[in-house]
Amino acid sequence: MSQDLSVVGRPGPRVEGIAKVTGQFTFVDDLAVPGMLTAKILRSTAAHARIRSLDTSRALTHPGVKAVITGKDLPTCYGIMPTGEDEHALAQEKARYVGDAVAAVAAVDEETADEALKLIGIEYEPLPIHMDVASALLGPGEPIHETRRAANVHKAVALEFGDVDAGFAAADYTREDLFFYEGSTHLPLEEHGALAVPEGPDRVTLHSSTQNPHYVHRAVAKVLGLPEGHVRLVAVPVGGGFGGKCDPFPHEIVACKLALITGRPVKITLTREEVFYAHRGRHPVLMWLRGGYRRDGSMTALHFKTMLDGGAHASYGPAAIYYTGALQTVTYRIPAYRFQGLRVFTNKPPCGPKRGHATPQPRFALEVHLDKVAHDLNMDPAKLRLQNLSRPFTMTVNHLRITSNGLRECLETVLRASNYAAKRGRLPYGRGVGLAVSSYMSGAGLPIYWNDMDHSQVFVKADRGGGVTVYTGATEIGQGAHTVHAAIVAEVLGLQTGDITLVTADTAAAPVDLGSYSSRVTFMSGNAALAAARRLRAMIAEASAERLEAAPEELEFREGRVYARSRPDHGLTFREACGLAEARHGNVLASGSYRPPQLGGPYKGSGVGPSPAYSFSAAVIELRVDSETGQIHVERVWLAHDIGKAINPVLARGQVEGSVYMGLGEALMEESAYRKQLLKAPSMLDYKSPTMMEMPDVETFLIESTDPEGPFGAKEVGQGPLLPIAPALANAVYDAVGVRVDEVPITPAKLVKALQSLAAGKGGRVGPERLPGFSYPEPTRVEPPPESYGHPAAADGTDGGVAAHAGQ
Amino acid sequence: MLRLPKFDYVAPPDLAGVLGVLSDRGEGARVIAGGTDLVPNLKRRQFEAAVLVSLHRVDSLRGVHGTHGSGLVIGALTPLDVIANHPHVQEHFRALSEAAGLVATPAIRTRATLAGNLLADTRCNYYDQTEPWRESLGWCMKAQGTICRVAPSSPRCLAVSSCDTAPALIALDARARLASPTGVREIALRELYRDDGIHYLDMARDEVLTEIALPPLGPTRSTYLKLRRRGSFDFPVLGVAARVSRAADGAVADARVVLTGIASRPVEIPEAAKLVGALPSDDAIAEVARAAEQRAKPLDNTDLTIVYRKRMARVYVARALRRCL
Amino acid sequence: MKQLVRLRVNGDPRELYLAPNKTLLEALREDLWLTGTKHGCELGECGACTVLLDGRPALSCLTLAVELDGREVTTVEGLGTPTSLHPLQEAFVELGAAQCGYCTSGMLMSAKALLDSNPAPGRDAVRNALAGNLCRCTGYQSILDAVELAATRMAVAGSPAEVPA
Repeated sequence: MSQDLSVVGRPGPRVEGIAKVTGQFTFVDDLAVPGMLTAKILRSTAAHARIRSLDTSRALTHPGVKAVITGKDLPTCYGIMPTGEDEHALAQEKARYVGDAVAAVAAVDEETADEALKLIGIEYEPLPIHMDVASALLGPGEPIHETRRAANVHKAVALEFGDVDAGFAAADYTREDLFFYEGSTHLPLEEHGALAVPEGPDRVTLHSSTQNPHYVHRAVAKVLGLPEGHVRLVAVPVGGGFGGKCDPFPHEIVACKLALITGRPVKITLTREEVFYAHRGRHPVLMWLRGGYRRDGSMTALHFKTMLDGGAHASYGPAAIYYTGALQTVTYRIPAYRFQGLRVFTNKPPCGPKRGHATPQPRFALEVHLDKVAHDLNMDPAKLRLQNLSRPFTMTVNHLRITSNGLRECLETVLRASNYAAKRGRLPYGRGVGLAVSSYMSGAGLPIYWNDMDHSQVFVKADRGGGVTVYTGATEIGQGAHTVHAAIVAEVLGLQTGDITLVTADTAAAPVDLGSYSSRVTFMSGNAALAAARRLRAMIAEASAERLEAAPEELEFREGRVYARSRPDHGLTFREACGLAEARHGNVLASGSYRPPQLGGPYKGSGVGPSPAYSFSAAVIELRVDSETGQIHVERVWLAHDIGKAINPVLARGQVEGSVYMGLGEALMEESAYRKQLLKAPSMLDYKSPTMMEMPDVETFLIESTDPEGPFGAKEVGQGPLLPIAPALANAVYDAVGVRVDEVPITPAKLVKALQSLAAGKGGRVGPERLPGFSYPEPTRVEPPPESYGHPAAADGTDGGVAAHAGQ
Repeated sequence: MLRLPKFDYVAPPDLAGVLGVLSDRGEGARVIAGGTDLVPNLKRRQFEAAVLVSLHRVDSLRGVHGTHGSGLVIGALTPLDVIANHPHVQEHFRALSEAAGLVATPAIRTRATLAGNLLADTRCNYYDQTEPWRESLGWCMKAQGTICRVAPSSPRCLAVSSCDTAPALIALDARARLASPTGVREIALRELYRDDGIHYLDMARDEVLTEIALPPLGPTRSTYLKLRRRGSFDFPVLGVAARVSRAADGAVADARVVLTGIASRPVEIPEAAKLVGALPSDDAIAEVARAAEQRAKPLDNTDLTIVYRKRMARVYVARALRRCL
Repeated sequence: MKQLVRLRVNGDPRELYLAPNKTLLEALREDLWLTGTKHGCELGECGACTVLLDGRPALSCLTLAVELDGREVTTVEGLGTPTSLHPLQEAFVELGAAQCGYCTSGMLMSAKALLDSNPAPGRDAVRNALAGNLCRCTGYQSILDAVELAATRMAVAGSPAEVPA
C-alpha cells in the first residue's frame, strides 16, 4: 500500500470487546422471548440398530408437553455437501451411533421436556457395529449406509501428478513411514443452541449458534419444505466454533419444526454430552507415505496414502478425504506426487472440519517423515526443508496456485529466534527442540455447492448523520470478523473502528457470505467490504469534489475529514460530506463482492485445495521430557506466520496463540477415545484439554508478505498456525530422548513404551505397524502444470517484499 | 442445561438436628456439605436422594484448631483451600496441605470440604456418566445393574477411591471422629475405608464425620504427589502420600507410604516400615518403591493406561520418599 | 418445596422463591436475568460459571441457591460497567484476552478473587489461580498478560477498585 494506514495494521480492541468483558454480549442461550418453550432431543443408546418401535403417546400426554416429533415428521434428507446428503434431523428407520437424534419434545420448561423424554418408548434391533477402519472394511452384515461402493466405504480416491515411478527411480534414497493421528473434538466452551421463532404458519426465524448461516439456511428450508425466503437465519455469535458449528444440525431443524407445530418460540441448548455427539471433529487418520530424495535432500517423488475414519455420516467427508492429500505440495516442491485416500463409515458421531480440516494429519506425517529423512541423510532438518521450499508465484504439481509466500522468512525467523542450530542435538538428555512448517488456505477457492455466484457480498451505507453501517453475512466466532470488517471500512473512509455499526449474519438484513469456515472471512468478505467501502468513498468524493474545488480522486479521507491532498486545512467533516453525498445520490449505499479467480486443475477432486492465497507457518518447540514418567513439559514455542498483512495485530496474535494451544492439545492429550460403542469420555473433565498450567509462553512473529489479492495484502491466520505444532513437538521429543512416537496424542504412556523399546534395543518407536488391507482405485493421471504462471512478481527472484515483525 | 433432580432439602442449625433428620429419613437422606462431589453425581442421576441434609449452618464443624506440638483438630466442614493455605498445616503436615491444594480447581477448593473429599464417592469411568450413557452400556453393579463393567467376573464393584486427602491423612496417622444419634466414636482414619467400590466406607447411614485429629509427630517430613494428565481439574489416577519421621540421630523412626487412585480404598505400603531404624538409603527407597509397584493393581476405569499407572507407582513412591528426606 | 432466599447480588438485595434443586447458575440466569454468567458443562468441569461468593471464587453450577441466604454474590455484571470498567476488564479488552468471550466472565471473576487477595501475583500464581477456567480460543497467553497488566495498573493506582455499589 502506498499510503500509510491509520487503522489497518494497528493494534486495537475488538469492536465487541467491552460487551464481552461486561457480560452484556449475548449468546444463543442468553436469549429468551415471550411464550418460549424448551425442547430436548431423545438420543439413541444403540450404536447401530433398526428402530423396531417408537411410542411417543405417553410423552405427548405428559402435562406441560406441547409437541413430540420423530423421524416421520422430518423425512427429508440433508447434508452440508451436495454429494453427501445422508443425514436426517431425526433417525428414520435406524440409528447409526450412540447419540444419534431419534425424537424431540417441546415443553413448557426443560425439566418437563426431560421428564417427557423418559416416557418415550423405543425398541432397537441391534445391527453389527464398526468402530474403526479395519472393522468397517472387513465387517459383515448390514452396512452403515447403502452406497454404491464396498461395504462402509464412503469414498476412495486416487490421483497421480507427474511420473511418480520415475521420480522414485531417480532417487538416491527413499523412506517409508506410517503414522496415526487420533481424532479429537472442538470442545467449544459454549454448548450449541438454537432459538426458533415462528412467524405465522409457514415462516420461521432461526437464531442459531452457527458459523455457517448460509448453509444452515438452505438445509433448514429444504427439510421443512419451505421456500428459502420463508426462513430467516440469524447467526448469533458463537462461544467457540473451531469448525464444530459448521454443519446444519438436527437441533436447529428440530427447533424450527417444533416452533411451526406449536406456534410458539422454541429454544434448545445442547448439554455438554450432546455437544460431543454433534462432533464433526478431527478425523482419525492412518497414513502411509514414501518419499524419494537425492543425496542433497531434494525431493524426487512422494506417495501418500490416507485412511479416514469418518464416523456415521458424510458431513464434510468428501472434501476431507481430498484435504488429506492436497496441501503437502504447497510448502515443498514435489516434482511427482501420488495420493490415495479412503474414507469409511463407522458407528461414531460424524467427523468433519476441525481447525485445519483434515490437513493437520498429513502435515504431521510429512513433517515427522522429513525429520527422519534428515537424520538418515545426516542433514540439518532445517536445511532439508530449505532445500525443498516452495516459491512465491508458482504452480504446484497438483495445480494449486501459490501467490505470496513468506515461508522462507517464517522458517528463518523461528530458527533464529529459537537458536535452533545451537540447540538441536546439543541440549542435555531430556531436553530437545523440534521444527515443522505448514501452509493453509485463505478460504476455499470453491463454494461447498458449486455455483457461479459471489462467495461474499457486503453493503456499506452512510447516512446524513455521518453514520456508517456495514451489512455482512459473515459470522463472528471469536476470530474477529466484526473487527476486521470495521477496520477495513474505517480505513477506507478515514474513520475509526468504533465509528462503524455492524449488521451481521442475518439473512434478512445482510447479503450473503458463505460462512466462517476455511479461514475465508478476512480474505473474502474482507475484500468485499473493501470494494464496497471504496465505492462508497467514491460516491462521497464525487459529491464533495465541487465544494472542495478538487477532483474526486484528489480527495483524502482521514481522521473523520474529507479534504484535497493539496489543501489539507480546507476540508469537510465526514458528516458534511455524507450530507452532500445524500443530496447528490439519494441513498449513499454501496455494495462490494468477492469471488475467487478461476482456480483448480483439470481433474475430478481439483475443487479441494485451491485457494486465492496460502498462509505459511513455521514453528520451533523446545521441551523437556521426564524420561521416567514420559511426561512432557513444553517450555516455549516460537511461531512465525505469514499472514500477508495483519489487519489487527492483537487479534492476529490471538489467533496464532490459540492455534498453537489447540495444536498442543492434540499433540499431547486430546483424543476422541471410545470404549466399545461409547465415547469414553463425553465430558469436560475426562476429555483432556490443556489448562493454563500446561500452556507455555508462545513467541509469535507475524510475517507480512503482502498478498497481491488479499485486502490490504492480508491472508489467513485462524487455522494455519495449528498445523506445525504436533510434528514440531514429536520432532522435539526425538531430539530430547531419541524415540519416535509416530502418532498423536503423544501420551506419557506411549512415551514410556517407546523409551522401554529403545532401552531394549527395539528401535524406540511407537506407532501403527501397517494399514488395513484395501485396494485403492487406480490413480487418475494428471499432467502437472508449468511451475511458473507468469506473475510479474515471480520474475525478480525475491520473495516479494516480505517484512518481519516481532511479536509483542 | 444438565439439571438436578427434585429433592427435599433441610438445613438444620446444629449437629443434633442433622443427626435427627438422618435417622428420621433413613435411606433416602444424603448429607450435603460443599456439594462439589454430590451435585455432579446427582445431575448425572448416579443415585437418588429423597432429601438433602445440609451441614452448611453447622458452624461448629469448621476450622483448624491446635498446634503442631499438641496435634491439630480439623473440623470436617473446613474448606480445602483453608487447609491448603493454613501455615501450621503447611509447615508440619505438608502432605495434607499439598493434597488439599491439588484437589480439582481453585473455585472448587473454596467450597469443597475436608469431609466431602474424604467421603467422596468412588470413581469409575463406567459409572461417572449420565443415565443414557450407562443405559447404552447396560448399567453396572454400582448403579442399577449387576455386573462390574471393568471386570465382568468380579464379585464386587471396582470403582476407585480418588480422594487426595485420604492417603495424606492416613500417612500422618490421622484419626476420624464420627457422630451418630447414639454417640461419638473415634477411629483411625484408615479404618474408615473398605475395599469395595460400592460399600467403600465403614460408616453407618446416620453417622456424620465431624472432625479429623492429627497427632503430633516429632521431626517429620511428608509429601503428596499426584499423577494426572493436567495440572488442574483432574482426579488422581495415582496419588502417593509419604511421611518420614526421624529420630535425633537422623535414623528413620517411622515411615508411611499410602497410595490412592489404584484401588477402592487407600492402599498402605507396609514395606515402608523397612526404612525404620536406619539412615535412609537409595537402595531402601528403591525396595519400597518396588513393593508399591507390586501392590498397585490399577484397572482400566480411569484415565491413562493400567501398565503405565502401575509402573508410575514405583517412580512416584521413590520420588515422594526422597522429598521426605 | 420452594424456599425464600434473601441474598445480595452485585450489591443489590434480592429475594427469590426457589426450589431446592435450583443452582445458583440457574437462579442467576433464569430468575435474575443475569446472563453474563455462562455455563459450559454444569458439572464443575470448565469454570465458565465462576462467580464470587462473599468475595471467594465459587462455581455457580454446583452451588444450591437455597444455601445462599444472607450471602453476597458478585457476577461479571457487578465487576464494572462499560463506562467504568474494572482494570481487569480494561486489560482484557486491550490485550485481546476475550476472543469468543464465553469463558471471559468466569476468567474475570477468578482473576478478581486473585488480585483482591494477592495484588502482585507472579505469573505462576496467576496460572494457579486461573487453572480452573478453561479457554479454547486464546491459548491463555493474552489472559495471563491481561491479569498481569491489570495488577500493575492497580498497584500504580493505589488500591484495588471496589465493586460499585
